[in-house]
Amino acid sequence: MKALQLSKVVFGAAAVFFLLAPLAAILPLAFTDSVFLNYPMPGYSTRWFSELVSAEVWRRSIVNSLIIGSGTTLLATALGTLGALGLRGRTSSYLFAFVRTAFLIPMVVPAVVLGVGMQLMFARYNLTNTYLGVIIAHTVIAVPFVVINVLAVLQSIDPRLEQAAASLGAAPHTVLARVTLPLALPGIVSGAVFAFATSLDEVVLTLFVAGPNQRTLARQMFSSIRENISPAIAAAAFVFIVGTILIALALNLSRKSLGRRPAA
Amino acid sequence: MNESFIRFDKVSKAFGTLTVVDGLDLDIGKGEFVSMLGPSGSGKTTILMMLAGFENPTSGTIRVGGRQVDGLPPHRRNMGVVFQNYALFPHMSVAENIGFPLKMRRVSRAETGERVKRALDMVQLGHLAERRPAQLSGGQQQRVALARALVFEPEVVLMDEPLGALDKKLREQMQLDIRELHRRLGLTIVFVTHDQTEALTMSDRIAVFNHGKIEQIGEPAAIYDRPATRFVAEFIGETNFLTGTVTGVGGGHATVDIGNGRSVAVLAGQGLAAGATVGLSVRPERVRIGAGPARSNTVSGTVEDVVYHGDHLQVVLDADGQTLLVKADRAGSPVAIGDRLDVSFAPDECWVVGS
Repeated sequence: MKALQLSKVVFGAAAVFFLLAPLAAILPLAFTDSVFLNYPMPGYSTRWFSELVSAEVWRRSIVNSLIIGSGTTLLATALGTLGALGLRGRTSSYLFAFVRTAFLIPMVVPAVVLGVGMQLMFARYNLTNTYLGVIIAHTVIAVPFVVINVLAVLQSIDPRLEQAAASLGAAPHTVLARVTLPLALPGIVSGAVFAFATSLDEVVLTLFVAGPNQRTLARQMFSSIRENISPAIAAAAFVFIVGTILIALALNLSRKSLGRRPAA
Repeated sequence: MNESFIRFDKVSKAFGTLTVVDGLDLDIGKGEFVSMLGPSGSGKTTILMMLAGFENPTSGTIRVGGRQVDGLPPHRRNMGVVFQNYALFPHMSVAENIGFPLKMRRVSRAETGERVKRALDMVQLGHLAERRPAQLSGGQQQRVALARALVFEPEVVLMDEPLGALDKKLREQMQLDIRELHRRLGLTIVFVTHDQTEALTMSDRIAVFNHGKIEQIGEPAAIYDRPATRFVAEFIGETNFLTGTVTGVGGGHATVDIGNGRSVAVLAGQGLAAGATVGLSVRPERVRIGAGPARSNTVSGTVEDVVYHGDHLQVVLDADGQTLLVKADRAGSPVAIGDRLDVSFAPDECWVVGS
C-alpha cells in the first residue's frame, strides 16, 4: 500500500517535471544579455523584450497574431456555437454521426494537406496573402474545439429547463437567448479560448496561406529559429507562455464565477 | 364534474411502432383536480406533455376552454407546468425565476415586483427571494416552482410527479399545501403521479392508466372501494384477489366457489350469472380475525407470517393454497406463525372485479 502511494507520487512528479522542464529551460534565456541563445548566461537584461517591441518584424507579428487570433475567435465561436446548437438533440441519427465527424475532420487531417488545399482554393478567390484568408484558415481548424466544448455543455443542459421556459410563455428565440445560451456560456467561453489559442499556435497553415504582411508571432518565431537563433525567440516564448497562462487563469475564474454568479 | 373544460377526443400518441396513448377520451371540468395514476410507461406523462404542447398527438384532438390547442406551441398555451425535478433556472435568482413568466407577458416592472412578492408569500418563501435555486432545499425549490407556475394565473396547472423527489414528511406537507392552493384559487389541476396514496388524498377524480388506456376513472373512494379491474384493485392499495366460479345467484347475493369446496357470498346485482368465472377483491383491512356473524364469509387457514407495521400487524394467511393478507389490530389477541386461524369478511365488502 505504502509502496503504491509512493510510486504514485513519484510518477506524478516525474510527469509534471517532464512537462515543465522545457519551459524552465527556455524561459530564463529570455533575460539573457548575450546575443546567443545558450547557457551559461553572462548577465541579465530585458534587452530582448525591448527588441520584441521595437523591432518592426516582431512588433508587427505580435499585432498580426492579435488581429488574426481575435478574428478567428469571433468567427469560430459563432460558427461552432451554431453548429453545436444544430447538432444537439439529434445525437441518435446517422446524419448526426456524419456531420459531427465532418466537423472534427480538421483536427485529424494533417495541416500540410489542409494547407495545400487551402492555398489552391484561396488563390482562386484572391484570398491568399490577406488577413481574411488567414482568419478563414485558422477558423477551419479552430471550429472543432468550439463545437466539442459547446456541444458538451449543451448536452448537460436539462431539456426540461427549456420546456419550462416555453410553458411560462417564452417563444423559441427567447428560450435560446434567456435560457439556453446563458447556460451554455461556460462552454462557449472555453471554446473561444481554445479557438484563440489554436490560432496563436498555428504555423503550418499560416506558412501556406499568409503573405509577408500576415506574418504571425508563431510564424515569426519559426522562421527566426531557422535564420538566426536570437534570444528574442526566448523572449517571444516567454510572452507566449505567460499570455497563455493568463488566459487559462481567466478562463478558470470566469467558469467559477459563472457557476455561482450573485443575483443581479 | 361540471361542464367540460379540457377535452381529449380520441387522442392517440405513437412513437414509431410503440403506441403510448391509445384512443383517449377524457373530460376535465373547470376547477377540478384530476390525477393521472399509473405505472411508468402507462402513458400518463405523455398525456401531460401533449396538453402542455411539448408533444403532438398522432391523432385526435385536445380542446381547452372550447379552443382546439393541437399545433399551438407551448408558449401560447398559458398553462403552468411543474416538473418533477423543478426545472428552476439555475442562472436566475428565486425572484427572477418567478418573475420570468411575467416578463414574458410584458407586465410592468412595478407590478411584476408586487406579484412576485405575493407569490413568494403564498409559498412562504418571501425571505429567500434573492437566493439562487442551488442554495435552496428540495422542498423550497418545489415551492418556488409552484409559485412560478401560478404567478401568471394560468388557466390550467399541470404537475408531473412534482413531489417524487421529496422525502415522505415533506411530501405529505406539500400535498396538503397544493390541495389548499387548489381550493383557495379554484385552479384546474392535472396531476401525474405513480403514488396511489398521493392520488387518493389529493384528487377530485383519479384516472388509472395502464398501457396507454384509462382502466378506470372516478372519485377516490369509488376507485378504492369498487375497482373495475384487477389491475386497478392491485395498483390502488393492497388487495386480496380471489378467483372462483359463480355457483348460484339469488336473494341479493351470489355464491362463488373459490376452490377446495369453499364458497363465499358476494353482493349480487353486478350482472353475475351462474357458471361465470370471476375475480374477487377484498381489502386486507376489511378482513377480520375470528368467525364473523351469520351470512359473513369465514375462511380458515394457517398463519405463515406476521409483519409488524407499527400501527397494525399484517398477517399472511395460507388458506389452502390461497394467500390472504389481513390487516390486524394490535390490540387483538396475539397471533403467532403456525397458528390455525379463522378470518371473515362481509359479503358487501367483497367486490367482483372480473377475472
